[in-house]
Amino acid sequence: MADITAPAYRTIPIIPALKPGSMEGKGPFVASDKLNEALGFPGQLVEDWHDRAIAKMGDLLSKYRSLKVFMDACVHCGACSDKCHYFIGTQDPKNMPVARQDLLRSVYRRYFTLPGKLFPKLVGARDLTREVLDEWYNYFNQCSECRRCSVFCPYGIDTAEITMAAREILDTVGYGQKYSNEIIGKVHKIGNNLGLPGPALRDTLEGLEEDVKDATGIDVRFPMDVKGAEVLLVTPSADFFAEPHIDSLIGYAKVFHATGTSWTLSSMSSEAGNFGMFIGNYDQLRTIAMRIRQAALELGVKRIVVGECGHAWRVAYSFWNTLTGVGDGADPNDRFAQMLQKQLDHRYKQPAHICEFTWDMIQDERLTFDKTANDKYIITFHDSCNVARGSRMGDLPGGQFEIPRNIIKAVANNFVEMAPNTTREQTFCCGGGGGLLTDDLLDLRVKGALPRMEVLQQTVDEHGVNFMATICAICKAQFTKVMPIYGFDRKMVGGVHQLVSNAIQLGQK
Amino acid sequence: MTSMVFAILFYLATLLFVVGLLYRINSYARTPAPLKIPTTPAPTTNGGVVLRMTREVVFFESLFKANLWTWAAGWLFHASLLLVLLRHLRYFTEPVWGWVAFIQPFGMYAGITMLLGLGGLWLRRLFVERIRYISTPSDHLMLLLLMGIAASGLSMKFLAHTDVIAVKEFFLGLMHLNIQALPADLLLIVHLSLVVSLLVVFPFSKLLHAPGVFFSPTRNQKDDPREHRHLSTWAAKLESEKS
Repeated sequence: MADITAPAYRTIPIIPALKPGSMEGKGPFVASDKLNEALGFPGQLVEDWHDRAIAKMGDLLSKYRSLKVFMDACVHCGACSDKCHYFIGTQDPKNMPVARQDLLRSVYRRYFTLPGKLFPKLVGARDLTREVLDEWYNYFNQCSECRRCSVFCPYGIDTAEITMAAREILDTVGYGQKYSNEIIGKVHKIGNNLGLPGPALRDTLEGLEEDVKDATGIDVRFPMDVKGAEVLLVTPSADFFAEPHIDSLIGYAKVFHATGTSWTLSSMSSEAGNFGMFIGNYDQLRTIAMRIRQAALELGVKRIVVGECGHAWRVAYSFWNTLTGVGDGADPNDRFAQMLQKQLDHRYKQPAHICEFTWDMIQDERLTFDKTANDKYIITFHDSCNVARGSRMGDLPGGQFEIPRNIIKAVANNFVEMAPNTTREQTFCCGGGGGLLTDDLLDLRVKGALPRMEVLQQTVDEHGVNFMATICAICKAQFTKVMPIYGFDRKMVGGVHQLVSNAIQLGQK
Repeated sequence: MTSMVFAILFYLATLLFVVGLLYRINSYARTPAPLKIPTTPAPTTNGGVVLRMTREVVFFESLFKANLWTWAAGWLFHASLLLVLLRHLRYFTEPVWGWVAFIQPFGMYAGITMLLGLGGLWLRRLFVERIRYISTPSDHLMLLLLMGIAASGLSMKFLAHTDVIAVKEFFLGLMHLNIQALPADLLLIVHLSLVVSLLVVFPFSKLLHAPGVFFSPTRNQKDDPREHRHLSTWAAKLESEKS
């Protein structure tokens, strides 16, 4: 681990030359029997993995239009070939989105298409061998499902969908990845990704109340399991103890306090992140999301608000209504969804992002700020990939870009943008998303951060930027880890609500 | 003899093309899209989706953002191909529709720009390292097939004329199940053989990108998951089993 170094910055925007095989390897740690079996997957690679994998592929092709269309539609035009941060950072050609897709597509062609059955060489079709399976494991664990390639594809082919399908097949044959499966197991068992049990969580929150009291002299509460509260806050569990995440949690609490909003956390459902998406498994995705529905019903809340977390917000915004009925517009005969939707207050978006909540309050003039509290910072904003390309905030397309920036500008005086082809829907992933935030993939994570670090360096050189705000727990964890390797101070990264927390005035209003 | 062979080939190829394509389209349409996955920022209304899709299909908007060279060559090829196809309507209509007659001269030059666009795409495939890496033999062959069609067609226009009146009679006859004689020119035989191959290959190849784009969930979905509950049949079954 000590020999992991940052790759050299490119003279932007040079497209790197190919270095075939540079990221070949065994991939991240494989999940143990215990971890796999806890999720209902085979403990280890099954004898008949070949047949089961092909059968699973057929099953997924019949269930997901995305996969079916994406397997056929690619013309190898290469539009995506230079868009992936892992390709840019590693130069391994198999990290080009199209080449990554072809690892799966070649097998699809061989077993599911006529030309692939008749003339495999001609159309680039391959038998599913053990080597191919290992290659899947290695390279589909080098994709963070960030969807940047899908922005540029003329057919909207989204490698995330293909990575999810590949990981689902791998899990089905007992070849799961340790990090993701371990975390999913913890959610089922304890209620959050970090495995923080209820009593520990309660202690942490009490400690936070004391800290805030010491710092501000005001009793800001961090309530848990309060029945009848208006708002249920579901946030990534990293917010409860990791730095700099915790400063944003304090920010949310101060916003609720200052606006007189009754709110609560849930000990049973103390996690917004949903790793079920990372492994592409609908059952896991749904089961994990169901905890939030259950908590909302039990606590009788009127609103569900989600903290700063990228993939969590994608799942919440895009999938919760489908998976669990958290949302609006269910059919009157849809008893499952109606049960919850009748309880929720539909004057507000369900679910809402904490940034939507805060921005609404700022617009209603229910919050006041001392912007000079953030004057020590020259701030830039890193759009988190899954917020940018998999979700929305507010009423208009692109609200997910405007609202966090509006908040920053409302609480701070110095804000600058990074290069436009690296922000908003063209933003680069931090390099640690999609189930890759594990130390056994640190080399990949460092290389994958390269494009973001390059433009950050640019803003540092040109504008003296010393704070990069973001709204994702994974971004925060990834950047604090890799930025020192690039020579930045790890304290440069933090949440939007960390800035809110600095500037908010609690005494008045 | 040649006439009979080509008549049969065209009937079979057209049948394969139509049935194959309908089969693929039907399978795309019937496969559920269980989750909302538009690539955002996405339109929030049906009208917005139609606009997005139109920009994608007419102007290749995403490709434009991705790479100007690929976009230029790709768009030039497709736009030219469209004109060329429309121009060829004159072999299938009597009397020739006014607007088809009007575009004849443009359609002719479009044959040249089509070749240029294809050539550009092929040069990229041959000489850009990344694109060469991802190219399969069939990717090259597909371009060669299309270039062959364009080149043989243009040759008949500019090098060795064929009896276009007879060609037209052959195709009009074909449409009325009345086989007429086809001129036995080598260039024409080559041109028509390649077109037959294209029709046959279409429903089995990457040319499925043409219907596929309309079924791409990241492009054709409305961004409204909070406002409407989107539930596929197989996902709904999970609910009735439990609560």
